[in-house]
Amino acid sequence: MKKTILQKLYITLIFIFLYAPITTLIVLSFNASKTRAKWGGFTLKWYGALFQNRDILQALFNTLLIALIASVVSTIIGTVACIAIMSLKKRSRAIVMGVTNIPMLNAEIVTGISLMLLFISFGLRFGLGTILLSHITFCIPYVILSVMPRMRQMNPYTYEAALDLGAGPVYGFFKVVFPDILPGVLSGFLMAFTMSLDDFIITHFTKGAGVDTLSTKIYTEVKKGIKPEMYALSTIIFLTVLVLLLFINRVPAEKDLKK
Amino acid sequence: MKKLLCFVLLPVFGLSLLTGCGKSSAENGEVIVYNWGEYIDPETLSLFEEETGIKVVYDEYDTNETMYPKVEAGASAYDVICPSDYMIQKMIDNDLLAEINLDNIPNIKNIGQQYLEQSKEFDPENKYSVPYCFGTVGILYNKTMVSDPIDSWAVLWDEQYADNILMQDSVRDAFMVALKLNGYSMNTLNEAELQAAKNSLIEQKPLVQAYVIDQVRDKMIGDEAAIGVIYSGEAIYTQRENENLEYVIPKEGTNVWIDSWVIPKNAPNKENAEKFIDFMCRGDIALKNFEYITYSTPNTAAQELIEDEDIKNSKIAFPDFSQYENLETFQYLGSDGDALYNSLWKEVKSE
Repeated sequence: MKKTILQKLYITLIFIFLYAPITTLIVLSFNASKTRAKWGGFTLKWYGALFQNRDILQALFNTLLIALIASVVSTIIGTVACIAIMSLKKRSRAIVMGVTNIPMLNAEIVTGISLMLLFISFGLRFGLGTILLSHITFCIPYVILSVMPRMRQMNPYTYEAALDLGAGPVYGFFKVVFPDILPGVLSGFLMAFTMSLDDFIITHFTKGAGVDTLSTKIYTEVKKGIKPEMYALSTIIFLTVLVLLLFINRVPAEKDLKK
Repeated sequence: MKKLLCFVLLPVFGLSLLTGCGKSSAENGEVIVYNWGEYIDPETLSLFEEETGIKVVYDEYDTNETMYPKVEAGASAYDVICPSDYMIQKMIDNDLLAEINLDNIPNIKNIGQQYLEQSKEFDPENKYSVPYCFGTVGILYNKTMVSDPIDSWAVLWDEQYADNILMQDSVRDAFMVALKLNGYSMNTLNEAELQAAKNSLIEQKPLVQAYVIDQVRDKMIGDEAAIGVIYSGEAIYTQRENENLEYVIPKEGTNVWIDSWVIPKNAPNKENAEKFIDFMCRGDIALKNFEYITYSTPNTAAQELIEDEDIKNSKIAFPDFSQYENLETFQYLGSDGDALYNSLWKEVKSE
């Protein structure tokens, strides 16, 4: 009995720590006063203002576009890389894995500045394209990291059997290997998507004039204080993610019941 | 191997082509502006585009320090930037700025003489910069929570306000307060003076409720502290929200900061940049920006146009520099100087 009370207390504390900041932000998004120190009454005006602010909406669009393209491309490149790494000898496999892990451990600012210098030396024009290139670059290691374990668990003989039974390599891959590693690919995709979504430092150094993502937009508002429209937008994003998660978690549960 | 290389490089070139084109050019070219976030009334940008036919590409940054490496590396060439005093000096020192041809900026006559004088601390001949916004650093206090009138930095060391004091959490601002208290220049590199300032800051530490940056604003409005070190631009805003607040420039002198327009050396559209700066110096435009940002404008024509008499005559927004002694502006101290300040500040914070 005592144990369950402690358990409940513990889990409550965790939820408070996790969600108190988000709740504060959601409450503030309905605050009519611009400062957090005063409650000026309930209002929806920040939500209205948000949808009339072209800069913020453009930044939101850029963020989603970049995250989507970067995660799709890096998932494809990362998965293909995994196949290649699997077929390497043990020693070189270890080396390659080590090399792909370095960018993840590297400080973001180092990655950001070195990418910027690289783009300058190539003479690229800074804009959406350079942000995309850099996001794809830093997302690939995360995809490899989540696909690789799945690859290892797989039974290599099933693929060979498929080839023996007359399947071509590509057909064999999609019929036998791909379904097996799919969960790894999906989690790699999601990881890349979230990494790209909230990256600030690398984006700051590789973006061109006049191109903003949400994170760079929010950072620039620091000097004058963050505008309540941003609270409103964050609330909408949070609720969207929450609904999506609830939806995703419901679907497998129903499947299990049918079994 | 060669084939592989092709596969890797093709998409890269493809993307670079994508990024290369797709730039629409307006009839009179464009001007690329790099400014602080939320530091301009967006309406003035559209007005500029309408009147001149020059397209404005607008970009923002959050601190001088994140802006500098981008400009220095030349990642994207900007035409107009708006850094603060000491950063302008650093950019001049490192040969990043172009001289502004003041013949192309007739509206500079609107900029008050005292601000151009003050600018000479970082731009000795007024050759590289045109002031855009300025302000002072002072003490914001809550009339209901203090007993005596306040006019000195010393109040921040007064024990009766223990746990009721908000200090700035940035090296130069914190040391400015301590150096001024001790009667030294805030740009000093004298070891003994800096040690004295450091000891003052350590002595003050138990009295401080919190070291903060922009939270001063909200905390003072919410009556959470009695005294805070704040930028004058924020002071007017906090007074509007909480009428018990009062702002004062301490008698020992303080920091006058100035953010000015500059043109970098590698600016692709220098003529348009000068047109842009001239436009920003126009009285009605400067007024619009003042009302949007609420930071003081050095534009006397705009000051005349302000309708609200209280603000127009406000000693907070538009102090007469000649009435105060020891007003200074931050100077760039070189990388050794920065390192010295930082290590002393670390000693204060870790004490």
